[in-house]
Amino acid sequence: MQGNQRPHNAPEATLPEVLPTGMHHQTSVTITSENNAVREGLSQLLNMEPLSGLSENSRGTFEIVLAEALNNVVEHAYSNAPGTILVGVDHLPPILRVSVYDQGLPMPDGQLPKGELKPLVEGEELPEGGFGWFLIRTLTLDLEYERDGGFNKLRFVVPAE
Amino acid sequence: MHLFSEDRGEFLLIRATGDRIDAAGAIQFKEKMRELTQTQDARVILDLSTVAFLDSSGLGAVVAAMKAMGPGRKLELSGLTATVEKVFRLTRMDSVFTIHKSVPEGMRNAG
Repeated sequence: MQGNQRPHNAPEATLPEVLPTGMHHQTSVTITSENNAVREGLSQLLNMEPLSGLSENSRGTFEIVLAEALNNVVEHAYSNAPGTILVGVDHLPPILRVSVYDQGLPMPDGQLPKGELKPLVEGEELPEGGFGWFLIRTLTLDLEYERDGGFNKLRFVVPAE
Repeated sequence: MHLFSEDRGEFLLIRATGDRIDAAGAIQFKEKMRELTQTQDARVILDLSTVAFLDSSGLGAVVAAMKAMGPGRKLELSGLTATVEKVFRLTRMDSVFTIHKSVPEGMRNAG
């Protein structure tokens, strides 16, 4: 529980009993919107089927993309306030379809960031950020975002070798 | 994540002993790097061979650590594991850092 970090009287964000349609997955985990919980959630998923049986390459790609998607939810959608994130994974060989749901703020303009890499100018100007969406866009085969009934739904496909 | 430094004469070696540099540990990593690089060494080699995972926050922290060292000093990397290497390669940061397969031997042993 991260309850001790929550201000008094602040409502605990929870996913409702009735989940949006299509929210049925072969494997799913619920993650508290907090950096350490994201780390634990990733580890949990990687140790479960189907991830536990995939190649190091596929596991690495999955972990990079999902970590970036979850970090984005923690930092921007919930803006470091309490919240719940649900991750669903479906193994449809030779791919994994991954779904991420949260009830935080929608994406600005309802669009996913372009994720363009900033120029790699050496010295003081060398970028320290802006890599997250670039990595997500580069490593996914199919990426969709939808705002639906108070939920952000992000879906992507990564290889499952 | 713990970092240990070791004076190797030609360079300062910093070994990471944790298995990930991610959003949960990036700030701490950056602070420790800043402390350990308060030396005169022109070359610092950061050995990442125990680090199995690095996300964009971790990558940003490595970049910030190099910038904090100041001009005229180089941060080099060694022992990138597969996933860490992938992040450096895709973001083209592998063109900014000198990357060694493993910690270079001293001149005496180089033959």
